[in-house]
Amino acid sequence: MLAFTIRRLVQAILVMLVVALISFTLFRFVGDPVNQMVGVETTPEQREALRERLGLNDPMLTQFGRFIINAAQFDFGTSYQFRQPVAELIGRRLPATLELSIVSAIFALFVGIPMGVYTGLHRDSILSKLFLSISLIGISLPTFFIGILLIFLFSVTLQWLPSFGRGDVVQLGWWSTGLLTWGGIKALILPAITLGLFQMTLIMRLVRSEMLEVIRTDYIKFARARGLRQRSVNFRHALKNTLVPVITITGLQLGSIIAFAIITETVFQWPGMGLLFLQSVQNVDIPIMAAYLMLIAFLFVTINLIVDLLYFQVDPRLRAERATH
Amino acid sequence: MTQPPLLSVKDLRVEFPTRRGILTAIDGISFDLREGEVLGVVGESGAGKSITGTAVIGLLEPPGRIAGGEIRLKGERIDNLSQPAMRKLRGKRIGMVFQDPLTSLNPLFTIGDQIIETILTHLPVSEREARDRAVALLEEVGIPAAGQRLNAYPHQFSGGMRQRVVIALALCAEPELVIADEPTTALDVSVQAQIIRLLQRVCRDHGTAVMLITHDMGVIAETADRVAVMYSGRIAEIGPVRDVIKSPSHPYTIGLMGAIPSLTGDHERLTQIPGSMPRLDSIPAGCAFNPRCSLVMDRCRSERPQLIAAGESQAACWKLLETERAAG
Repeated sequence: MLAFTIRRLVQAILVMLVVALISFTLFRFVGDPVNQMVGVETTPEQREALRERLGLNDPMLTQFGRFIINAAQFDFGTSYQFRQPVAELIGRRLPATLELSIVSAIFALFVGIPMGVYTGLHRDSILSKLFLSISLIGISLPTFFIGILLIFLFSVTLQWLPSFGRGDVVQLGWWSTGLLTWGGIKALILPAITLGLFQMTLIMRLVRSEMLEVIRTDYIKFARARGLRQRSVNFRHALKNTLVPVITITGLQLGSIIAFAIITETVFQWPGMGLLFLQSVQNVDIPIMAAYLMLIAFLFVTINLIVDLLYFQVDPRLRAERATH
Repeated sequence: MTQPPLLSVKDLRVEFPTRRGILTAIDGISFDLREGEVLGVVGESGAGKSITGTAVIGLLEPPGRIAGGEIRLKGERIDNLSQPAMRKLRGKRIGMVFQDPLTSLNPLFTIGDQIIETILTHLPVSEREARDRAVALLEEVGIPAAGQRLNAYPHQFSGGMRQRVVIALALCAEPELVIADEPTTALDVSVQAQIIRLLQRVCRDHGTAVMLITHDMGVIAETADRVAVMYSGRIAEIGPVRDVIKSPSHPYTIGLMGAIPSLTGDHERLTQIPGSMPRLDSIPAGCAFNPRCSLVMDRCRSERPQLIAAGESQAACWKLLETERAAG
């Protein structure tokens, strides 16, 4: 178990190094950073001085080493357009994106799993067919369209929920949260549903098909033949056996929820990292793009690590066999 | 008045509605099982042995359904019980052992979890008592160091050991009847005898009746008190094991016995029954065995024979009626 964790950590670090290399090359090859920083009237001497000061004349390897050391300390340089440290900019935007992503992941799990179990157990009921039809909509409609649809329905027509922004935010140290105020929660509902709908339908369909497999197995028949309670058979014995693929998909999807929050954030003008990233792309703000790349890679790697460790929790067959036999 | 038998099945019909019409998997079978008795049920694959077992314990997979007849446990009808009432009965009064021990235990729970949960579901005991009971049961079915093995997962046991656990699970609430559906088929030959003897011993100790479903005549000969031979969803012959094996009456049973190699006997050629059992959608009129029977008569093709007494056993064959008439 420990050896496995260490092996996984080493792999994770390797992945991060590769990503660092890619985002470092962004600096080198996407335009000249000096051009981005100075005005038109700067003299070549001043440019050269700046170049020297930024260390751009050092050998490649030195620069890459410096980039990694800085990145490990969350120092990604200064944004070209905002003239502020990138880490600070992202740090300010991170809570908004993380809150949105986690809430929509929770929504996807807590709605998707019960719906999947239900449709798996009652294949032919009308409600199951309704769920499946809804899930088809969730899978086939593009996210931005669902967002606009929800805004039209709940913000414009019914006027129940705000259509943009985070609402009222409370500052907890460096973390700004919208979960503590009614206005903040109301502002979170629509974007969270928009972002989570696709994942929800995915999880629902996954749990459904796994459930259909599992309830056919001998151990479920045997559990029934032992007269165990229906709820225990369905939710203890069957559901647990569907969890390994669900954990895999949820882990991967959580990563992509965070990474692809960009679209939802744009539709709802959500002040998160996605919006910041879009702005930086428009302005060729390479430090922000590089830092965003690193951050997303870091999140993916971390989530995958957690997923791998969760497998061990769920499935005893993966745990190292000790002295029993 | 005599006590009602432990299990009484009368004219049981099990049907599977399909798109191409209704398939009758079990067609009017009747048998009794006394307390503590071991009834062997033999027949080829598809003869309806397992379906009889699943119908008794109320676990027929939809669309399969009981279309007629009745099943009584100690005189009380159980075939029309509600699902929750039937659930309380399963495990508590009727236990079941499945064919494949490798797949009948949930891989994600320790065997202790699974036994204790079953005990707590059916018996009014504390968790401690359930645990002690689980250890005692595992010891009884011959699992060494039972106390520790309680925390082991199914994959940490061998096939034979797992089947012991399955037997312990089936017996953990002291049922009056255990349905063992091919309990040794999936095991190594060397382990089969052990498991059968274990099942026999444990059930005798607990006074549990057994419905032993198998296609292995050897197992039946060694274990059962009575045997029912099934063919195409019907009972061909039923009676005490010795009678059925030594002097079978139904041509199918005779053929079946002729197909068993013997070590001691004279080296006769093994007989074989020509053809194969009809599919459920093409069971012939009259006796289902008539196309393969060497003694077939006109009557066999038109009229279905009922069980007729032949010595201590009963067989469903028109020939018996003739010999009876000839004798009488």
